[in-house]
Amino acid sequence: MDNQQDKLIIAGHGFNSRLFTGTGKFSDQVTMMAALVASQSQLVTMALKRIDTVNQDDDILAPLLANNFKLLPNTSGAKTANDAIFAAHLTREALGTNWIKLEIHPDPKYLMPDPIETLIAAEQLCQDGFIVLPYIHADPVLAKRLEQVGCAAVMPLGAPIGSNKGLVSRDFLEIIIEQATVPVIVDAGIGAPSHAALAMEMGADAVLVNTAMAVSPDPVAMSRAFALAVQAGRQAYLAGLGSVNSQAIATSPLTAFLD
Amino acid sequence: MAIFQQQLDSQSWYARKDSIYQCDEAAVVAAINQSKAGKALSLEHFKALISPAAEPYLEHMAALSQQLTQQRFGKTIQMFVPLYLSNMCSNICTYCGFSMENKIRRTTLDMDQVAKEAIAIKALGFDHILIVTGESERKVGLAYFEQAIKVLKQYFSHISMEVQPLTTDEYIQLRQWGVESILVYQETYHRGKYAKYHLKGRKADFDFRLATPERVGDAGITKVGIGCLLGLEDWRSDAYHVAMQLQFLERKYWKMKFSLSFPRLRPCEGGAEVNSPMSERQLVQLICAYRLFNNQVELSLSTRESAVFRDNMLSLGVTSMSAGSKTQPGGYASDDKSLEQFSIDDIRSPLAVATMIKSKGYEVIWKDWQLGL
Repeated sequence: MDNQQDKLIIAGHGFNSRLFTGTGKFSDQVTMMAALVASQSQLVTMALKRIDTVNQDDDILAPLLANNFKLLPNTSGAKTANDAIFAAHLTREALGTNWIKLEIHPDPKYLMPDPIETLIAAEQLCQDGFIVLPYIHADPVLAKRLEQVGCAAVMPLGAPIGSNKGLVSRDFLEIIIEQATVPVIVDAGIGAPSHAALAMEMGADAVLVNTAMAVSPDPVAMSRAFALAVQAGRQAYLAGLGSVNSQAIATSPLTAFLD
Repeated sequence: MAIFQQQLDSQSWYARKDSIYQCDEAAVVAAINQSKAGKALSLEHFKALISPAAEPYLEHMAALSQQLTQQRFGKTIQMFVPLYLSNMCSNICTYCGFSMENKIRRTTLDMDQVAKEAIAIKALGFDHILIVTGESERKVGLAYFEQAIKVLKQYFSHISMEVQPLTTDEYIQLRQWGVESILVYQETYHRGKYAKYHLKGRKADFDFRLATPERVGDAGITKVGIGCLLGLEDWRSDAYHVAMQLQFLERKYWKMKFSLSFPRLRPCEGGAEVNSPMSERQLVQLICAYRLFNNQVELSLSTRESAVFRDNMLSLGVTSMSAGSKTQPGGYASDDKSLEQFSIDDIRSPLAVATMIKSKGYEVIWKDWQLGL
């Protein structure tokens, strides 16, 4: 199946690439742009706090817009629901997009998302007409609660943000994917293309990768590698993985009564 | 949020049927291996498990089904009994003994009779009853249910209902009166054939019935039971649609519990049409396939099936059983068979069934859940 037929749809918007990216931690803006282009990503998240909303030719925004990336502003830095709601409204005013990646992490060390504040903010922002994509722990119940208040997708973490540890939350991601009725985007912790491929093979709808690309000695080559891994993982998922073979069950007389 | 009808209509019944019959042995092995690996099974896996290609793998499926059921439920069987309150019915359904055009004596229990039935059932040991009626909106509607539930609540800790499809508001009322689960079977998911079996009455409205579990979910009722009448149409295809609906409901109503029943068409007044006969072996295949597909769902086996079959199935995936069932209103207090909906097969007393269950090392559970337990 080619990309045209296998579009990812979020809130009515189609994406050919299932690799979402970010703008943090790149050594410079030229490298960042080259890497984002190499990734073939169509959606890029960036922290509202990094955007100069007055002067739109600032370092980060102008080249993204020039390259037709869909912007997904995030509320990184918000510590409460109120912070995040305020930031989201500011963003909508400044950038003219109602898409928001909801991130609320009061904990500065591991940047763990606050589930309670996130649910409160998500409900309010959905009511306010935002397309809300919340960053959450890999918590299946929270994912369902967020879906119910109207979130367009959920973004559970694979591992702590920036840790490159891969899918340490794998078993819970599998439950979220199994139960979801909105797209599931695995966000945070993906440190290698193999992690991204695994998430896609498991049936994730997309992955978001930033640090692993940005801090690689060769961000452009690494971004290309991620693009290929996401495509490979998706195609494997669609094709259907072969099963792991285990030993046959010894014949016992459980159904002998039918003879 | 999406409704199940959209998913149902996204592909034809026949296309799904074909894809079941096209499953090969490799697909069956893949599904079994998926289950052995402790992974969730997809609907495609389920198709393979109910296909003819899976028949040689029945012993494997039975072993896995037994293991998964014990892992989730322990060695327990929950007991329930149907309480028929009325055989009045304004539907014409060609396979049902209560069908309006059948010349049988019609009766609806008054509240004294309901209490007598409750006392008789209670004496058998049950604490979980399933209220069953025909569909007669005027005589056996919400007002009647309110009275009956009020009486029955004095005797039983758990009340399930298998009555005509109601509106969301009516289900909210039932929940407030203490009803904890609703059973509603689509009979067949084949829209065209459904119309041929359901000639008259509100039951002829396929879509209203199809959306019933969703209305139950919207009303906040804890559990819904679904199923089809096996034998009306190709059983594999109908059973597949049940699995589809189950998956849909689980995702949409993630706080709910679900149960499945697999009634095979039984002889009844007015004659039964069995277009797609299902053998006992195939019923075992289906029960095991449901279990491999979903290790949480409750699987319920009624007295429609024989004693030998039930004795053997209780350890292979089933989690609840009825016993000593009377399918005619007033049947527990006095035994008048002329009113019955269909004749049952396993006629043993509840005590005899409970003794059998215990003899197999299983615990008998007489109630589902009691508030304030």
